[in-house]
Amino acid sequence: MQVYLPIAEISVNAFLLLGVGGGVGLLSGMFGVGGGFLITPLLFFIGVPPAVAVATGVNQVVASSISGVLAHLRRKTVDLRMGVVLLVGGMFGSGIGIWLFNLLSRLGQIDLVVQLSYVLFLGVIGLMMLQEGTRALLRARDPSAPRRKLHTHTWVHNLPLKMKFRASGLYISVFPPLGIGMGVGVLAAIMGVGGGFIMVPAMIYLLGMPTKVVVGTSLFQIMFVAAFTTMMHAVTNNSVDVMLAVFLILGGVIGAQVGARMGLNLRPEMLRILLALLVLAVCGKIGFDLLWTPAELYSISTPGRF
Amino acid sequence: MRVMLTMLTLLLAAALPVRAEEVLAGLSQKQLSLTVNFEGSEILVYGAVRREAPVPEDSDLHVIVTIEGPPAPAVIWRKARRLGIWVNVESMRIRAAPSFYAVASTGPLEDILSMDADLRHRISTRLAIFEAREDAAVSNPAAFSEALIRIRTRDDLYQKLETQVTLERETLFSTIISLPKNLIEGSYATRVFLVRDGVVIDRFDSEIDVQKAVLERWLYNMAYEQPFLYGLLALVIAVFFGWGASAAFRVLRA
Repeated sequence: MQVYLPIAEISVNAFLLLGVGGGVGLLSGMFGVGGGFLITPLLFFIGVPPAVAVATGVNQVVASSISGVLAHLRRKTVDLRMGVVLLVGGMFGSGIGIWLFNLLSRLGQIDLVVQLSYVLFLGVIGLMMLQEGTRALLRARDPSAPRRKLHTHTWVHNLPLKMKFRASGLYISVFPPLGIGMGVGVLAAIMGVGGGFIMVPAMIYLLGMPTKVVVGTSLFQIMFVAAFTTMMHAVTNNSVDVMLAVFLILGGVIGAQVGARMGLNLRPEMLRILLALLVLAVCGKIGFDLLWTPAELYSISTPGRF
Repeated sequence: MRVMLTMLTLLLAAALPVRAEEVLAGLSQKQLSLTVNFEGSEILVYGAVRREAPVPEDSDLHVIVTIEGPPAPAVIWRKARRLGIWVNVESMRIRAAPSFYAVASTGPLEDILSMDADLRHRISTRLAIFEAREDAAVSNPAAFSEALIRIRTRDDLYQKLETQVTLERETLFSTIISLPKNLIEGSYATRVFLVRDGVVIDRFDSEIDVQKAVLERWLYNMAYEQPFLYGLLALVIAVFFGWGASAAFRVLRA
């Protein structure tokens, strides 16, 4: 069954879209990630214009993070104050990202920048997760290995404007969280991702937040930044495709439920390694497309459209 | 000289009360709706030649049918390898190129149509593209317009259907043109040309109205006319499905 996507202005097979949503949902349920970093490149591969893929991907992130946010709020594992500081930075970053996105679209370089960002971020994160996962796996086998120190103070924490984050047990300058939030906001606008894959490690290693509140707080920030970015893309580019979003979200929520149950049967270190391999595979595919001589050297774009 | 002659003939033809040969044509469909499950459509263009005098015997009659989708400006980019990766390096802007263009005829255009008639009526694909370039800064503009035609031909958006028009007893003609599924909305100009000795002796103009179906149209208009409301709608849908589905699963499990 074909679906006509009114904004992307292409017809796509409905089951393919449900499959993409479902497959990514399955993975996000298993690994506890949003999955935006997989949805957007998969939409490129299907032939959705990059601008629509990014804007709709970010809309999908809202849907995939809301139930998580509600669950964490109920369990009180969200540092609301930290979340709000990250969110302020995030909105700022998203605004910058949208501006950059529109500028690059006009210059005809948006596809390249989006692809390069994917290769860079997925490559770095994938390798880091792989290394971390293997180390954890080895440590689990050898309990005598020394444990890593959890939280160290560095100069960034001592910048002015210190603030007390009670739920995280931190008294640090607001600039590091603002900066992290901003970086994630830029990524959300340009790459159509939630940015959890970069924010969670940053919160743990740079801010030294306790793991207990990290996931809930990052989801809280991601949901609102994604919602804000969706609005920005809708207003400035008219590139959010609701029809596409509905199919992705429907597939996604079902997949996530199934994935969450499958994830319970796997060991966390194994999960991390699997996710790292998956991230590296997507990175490899996009990188390959950039390096391989394309069959058609020319492409057409319509000014004012995508 | 030839131009003068052509113009003279045309002037004469226009001045005459009844043209020697006239074309009458019809379309199988004049309205198309891009519904959710639109998979392309076939348009039958048919008609007849009406004449007051006997069929001239010293020349062949030819029929050309064109369907042209709404024109739009286009930017064509060329990639080149820079630092090992493929990057868009050069672009050429075209003021207007039809989003869809099919030209069907009773024979190869080069053989049946004179250059002047082609220029005058913009019949061949090359001429249907309004090439007046806004910035001809690129070294070989021809390669860019060729690329445009090549890419759109591959997507079935540009179709060259030589010998696809059947003409019976110099009077009845018909052809079938397939519109692909990746159509854009708008009015598709349909023209039928009657050609004798390379000169257009009569033409018939009609149009096919291609519109998005009700829901798609509503979403599209809203996205462009009330983007703020549309963004809110997108968020409401995301929240509703995202939260609703997990709530439903909780109920199912309990």
